[in-house]
Amino acid sequence: MARAARTLLVAGPLTFLAVFFLWPVGAILARGLVTDGSIRLHSLTDVWRDPGLRHVVGFTVAQAALSTVATLMVALPATAVLSRFRFRGRAAVVALLTMPFVLPTVVVGTAFRSLGITGSLTAIVVAHVFFNVAVVVRVVGATWRGLDPREEDAARSLGAGPVRTFVTVTLPALRPAIVAAGSIVFLFCFTSFGVILILGGPRFATIETEIYRQTAQLLDLHTAAALSIVQLVAVVGALYAAGTMTGRVRSITRTAAGRRVPTSIRARMLLAVGLLPAVILVVVPLGDLTIRSLAHGGTGYTHLATTPFGAPYSPLDAIVTSIEIAIVATVIAVGLGIALATALTRPGRRARGARLTELLVLLPLGVSAVTVGFGFLIVFDTPPLDLRTSWWIIPIAHTLVALPFVVRTTVPVLRAIDPRQREAAAMLGAGPAQVWRAVDLPVVTHAAKVAAGFAAAISLGEFGATLFIVRPETTTVPVAIYRFLSRPGATNVDQALALATILMLLTGVVALAGERRTRLETRLETRP
Amino acid sequence: MRVRPLVFVVLTTIALGACGSSSGGRADGGTAKTVTLVTHDSFAVSRPVLAAFTKQTGWKVRVLKNGDAGVALNQVILTKDAPLGDAMFGVDNTFLTRALRERVFTRYEAKGVAAVPRALRLDPTGHATPIDVGNVCVNADRKYFADRDLAIPKTLDDLAKPQYRDLLVVENPATSSPGLAFVAATVARFGKAWPNYWDRLRDNGVKAVDGWEAAYNGEFSGAAGSTGSRPLVVSYATSPPAEVYFADPPPTTAPTLALDQTCFRQVEFAGVLRGAAHPAGARALIDFMLTRRFQADMPLQMFVDPVLPGTPLPEVFTKFATVPTDPFTLSPARIGRDRASWIDEWTARVLR
Repeated sequence: MARAARTLLVAGPLTFLAVFFLWPVGAILARGLVTDGSIRLHSLTDVWRDPGLRHVVGFTVAQAALSTVATLMVALPATAVLSRFRFRGRAAVVALLTMPFVLPTVVVGTAFRSLGITGSLTAIVVAHVFFNVAVVVRVVGATWRGLDPREEDAARSLGAGPVRTFVTVTLPALRPAIVAAGSIVFLFCFTSFGVILILGGPRFATIETEIYRQTAQLLDLHTAAALSIVQLVAVVGALYAAGTMTGRVRSITRTAAGRRVPTSIRARMLLAVGLLPAVILVVVPLGDLTIRSLAHGGTGYTHLATTPFGAPYSPLDAIVTSIEIAIVATVIAVGLGIALATALTRPGRRARGARLTELLVLLPLGVSAVTVGFGFLIVFDTPPLDLRTSWWIIPIAHTLVALPFVVRTTVPVLRAIDPRQREAAAMLGAGPAQVWRAVDLPVVTHAAKVAAGFAAAISLGEFGATLFIVRPETTTVPVAIYRFLSRPGATNVDQALALATILMLLTGVVALAGERRTRLETRLETRP
Repeated sequence: MRVRPLVFVVLTTIALGACGSSSGGRADGGTAKTVTLVTHDSFAVSRPVLAAFTKQTGWKVRVLKNGDAGVALNQVILTKDAPLGDAMFGVDNTFLTRALRERVFTRYEAKGVAAVPRALRLDPTGHATPIDVGNVCVNADRKYFADRDLAIPKTLDDLAKPQYRDLLVVENPATSSPGLAFVAATVARFGKAWPNYWDRLRDNGVKAVDGWEAAYNGEFSGAAGSTGSRPLVVSYATSPPAEVYFADPPPTTAPTLALDQTCFRQVEFAGVLRGAAHPAGARALIDFMLTRRFQADMPLQMFVDPVLPGTPLPEVFTKFATVPTDPFTLSPARIGRDRASWIDEWTARVLR
């Protein structure tokens, strides 16, 4: 019974991934590797023998690792204080830190350029931190705020100092979430495209930019397929390593009573020190963008409803389209993601299958958008399901990107449910469904809300895949920004910056909504 | 594998129909009298002009834009067994050979093509119809040179002179279409010795960035929204009129100038896709692109020049655009054959 339910829960998400990810990617790789019915692997060995390409692979791994470490260093202190303290404006700070996540690289590029951070490895790393702080704050924060502070208090009263308490009590409980966040950040930086090209400049090349060059410019599918396989192998290897670092998952007694109001000077100092690096890093470029968007008397904002250069859409239409797509993508991603996370965390799961599934869910983040986009083109081409030009293809692509976040934010939270709570409920006579409703559902609802906010933000900001997908005139905001910025002239730049600022604020609002306390938290916090 | 996706997609569609019904409806464009145009992101046409086409011919137009010119063509090539649409616009002379070799077009002689100058009819096989011309030229920031009493450079050779040290920014030809066109200009000008010219430019402090946006808005000092400090950039002959047209209020003189002896000519083509569901509509659309109505609409939509001689031009063009008298050109066959080796050579000389 439980097994049948699990199979059912897993079937939907896995079918989705098989159809919309494995199939297209497999097809485009096959196109590159199979010639006249036989597999030609020499392009793979060519890649490995070419010292230039080996260097590209090495640089890709190095910059991603460096960026991940830097992101964790900046974001974890902020996450700590945001999870531990209750203070006025807390939700606003979380919303602020989420905003960069949705901004198209091309716009962020303009901000970093005007700040003089460009054309170096430092620029690449700083930009990656800027974009990914949100990932850590959200994914780790979801677990951190659920930690029972009484365990820490116990350690403290037994004489452990703050450092020892953190290392022996807090860190082990957080490790799965930190690894989860780190994996996502690593994947993002590993396949990062715009940041490398725009902020790194032409001297820097990663596997992703090489795949783009080979596919988009040279149409050399053999080399592109070989590079994609190298990319996949590296990604799977990194994720596998991350999996071994996760460590034993500890169950956590759920209380959200942990947020304190920072009253002492020491606590306030801690708050400031934890938040400042992340906030400064995010506020400066965002502020620069907003200020520049107000140039020329704010004309960028006053012309939003007019159609520019005769295109059949106005910036306002793009905003509406983006919101529609975000809603649909969020519904699909949260539905599939929660189903999968629930199945993965049911007691008695088979560990290997679960780990493989989690890996599979993450893979779309590790595969080039060009590869997926071109894969879509060659598989969904049979009427009546010629999905290639359908409106649905965009939310589907966004779901692929959002799904890993939903699963990764939800799994640690669900896994942390103390099985004794379920046992207790069962012992008191509750059936399996009732146990789930009483113990799991409140936690699931809470996780779903956080995940939904994130999924919506991802969809609003997704650019790489969207640009490669063919469809009729449904332009999303990031694509509209890109089109404005590819024309000379002041009004085009103004409109692009105005749209970027609006996108930023829109995300802030979505994130703020996600930060409102759920009923579960309120209930727990008011509990004596 | 063929059945399951179908079932799944149908289920998802039904399940989510309520959420997206208002927008889902836009997806189906396959009515009998709709012709689908596949093109790149820079394509634009004004609404009344498109409406005139529908009124004249009965064909509605659905436009599919995807990526830059290279991506758009490669998508067409990848889908040639089940074409995305009926006609394609936006193959330029640097990609023409690839399009012809991959046989994505069927033969079609558009009405009105006889009036197009012979120099622009670059496809002798009669598959690709020339629609517009653009020139990639070095642009100069007038104010920078005026402030310093420095003469604006005129030729490619001037750019390598010491008085213009550290002033030029170019795009990477591996990732940028104007970048490639400018390399082609230097090949056309210097022949086999073109790599030596780039050695001189490199020694003279040329800066290379990834794409047009980073070069023009990021590095060039003459652009309105720019944060840059270099007064010379590889851009288009129509960038100065665009600076005027997209300024509010429009200035009386253009802030920038395109140098007419540094230009490389790009011609963009359209064709009827092989295996098109509506070839008649595609032919009608291509014919329409060569009418005066469409040709006169292009300049302010796409900032390119018409191919039909005598097409009336908007005032910003006649006043501020540079019309290169003798732009550099290379045959599409030559570009198709050598582009990869140019890019490798350029990368080795300029970036490493």
